[in-house]
Amino acid sequence: MFNTTTRRDKSRSQPSLGRSIVQKDSMHELSIASSIVETVSESAAAYPGARVKEVRLRVGALASIVEDSLQFCWELATEDSPLAGSKLVIHRLPVIVHCESCGIDSELDGVQSFRCPRCGEIAADLRQGRELEIESIELEDPDPAPDEPAKIKEQV
Amino acid sequence: MTTRIVELRRGILKKNDELAAGLRDRFTSAGVLVLNLVSSPGTGKTALLERTLRELRARGVRVAALVGDLETDNDARRLASSGAPVRQINTHGICHLDAEMVSKHLEGWEGVSLAALDLLFIENVGNLVCPSSYDLGERIRVALLSVTEGEDKPLKYPGLFNSSDAAVITKIDLADPCGFDRQLALKNINEIRPGIRVFETSAKTGAGMEAWLDYLAGEARI
Repeated sequence: MFNTTTRRDKSRSQPSLGRSIVQKDSMHELSIASSIVETVSESAAAYPGARVKEVRLRVGALASIVEDSLQFCWELATEDSPLAGSKLVIHRLPVIVHCESCGIDSELDGVQSFRCPRCGEIAADLRQGRELEIESIELEDPDPAPDEPAKIKEQV
Repeated sequence: MTTRIVELRRGILKKNDELAAGLRDRFTSAGVLVLNLVSSPGTGKTALLERTLRELRARGVRVAALVGDLETDNDARRLASSGAPVRQINTHGICHLDAEMVSKHLEGWEGVSLAALDLLFIENVGNLVCPSSYDLGERIRVALLSVTEGEDKPLKYPGLFNSSDAAVITKIDLADPCGFDRQLALKNINEIRPGIRVFETSAKTGAGMEAWLDYLAGEARI
C-alpha cells in the first residue's frame, strides 16, 4: 500500500526526514527496507570507514515480499545512510514441506498447494518458505591515504 | 581496495519479533487469549467483531478490542456500542499493525487490565499482504474472507492464509445471491493451510456464530 502524505504517527520512534514526500514506512516493502537499513548500519559500524557494497537477503516464497517493490524503494530507503549506493541482492527460497507418509522433504513448485510432490498427500509441515533475513553484507574497505605508501618507502 | 563478506544471518523483522515474543509472554502470564484478525478491507471484520464482543459479553466473558485503521475512530466507536472496552490505533498511512503499536496502545488504556480479561481481539488494518509478516504476539491469527470476494482469495494470498490458525468465511447470508461455491472455497483454504479450522458466519443473521463463539471460549478455556 502506498501513501504520499507526510503525516506520521507521533508515537513511532523513527524521526521524519522532513524533505521526503514519501513516508519511510507507508508501504510494506519500504518498512522492510528501513528495517534492513537499521540492522545493516548497526553491523557495519563495527568496520569504520568501510562502504556497504552489497546486501544479500534470503526471502522465502511465503514471506509476502514483492521483489520489484523492494528494489524500487531501496535507493530512497538507503539514502543518507551507510548503505547509500549499495546493491540489493535477493535470494528467493522455494517452499519446502515435509511429507509424513514418505518421510522426505520436498521443494514445491509454487505456493498454491501444500501437497507432497511424490505421493500427492497433504503436507502441512513447512520446513522452508517464510524466511525474511539478511544473509550477509559485502563491505569495501577504504583505500589507504595516498601519502601512506610513500611514507613506508621512506622508512625503508 | 579490499572487500569482505560479513555473515549476518539476521531476521529483518527481528526487533518486531522480539517485541512480539515479549508481548506473547505478557499475554500468557496474564491469562488472556489474544487474536489477530486479518482480511481485506470490507470483508466484515468489524461486523463480526461487534457481534462477537456483544455475544461473548452476554455469556459473561471479559473481552476487549484494539482496532487498527489508517485514519478515523469510526470502527472503535462502532465496536464500543457492544459495551466492551475498545481502543483505536491509527497508523496514519502504515498498511499494517506492528508489535510496537500494540505495545504502546496497551499502555494507559483506561479501565483495562490484561489480567482482568479473558480475550483480547486485535483487528488489523484491512490488508491481506503486509500484516502477514508482522507478529503482534497473538496466539491465534484469524484470516477472514467474505463470500463476495471470490473463492480463490486463499490462492492469491497464500502468505496470510498459510500463517493463520483459523479462517472465517463471512457474509454467508449473501452466499446464494453471489453464486458462492462453498466447496471450492473450503478446498482452496485447505490446499494453502491443510487442516485449518474454518468457520462460516453471518454477523447479520447470526448464522454460524455459535460454533465460532464456542471455539473462542474453548481456546480461552472459559
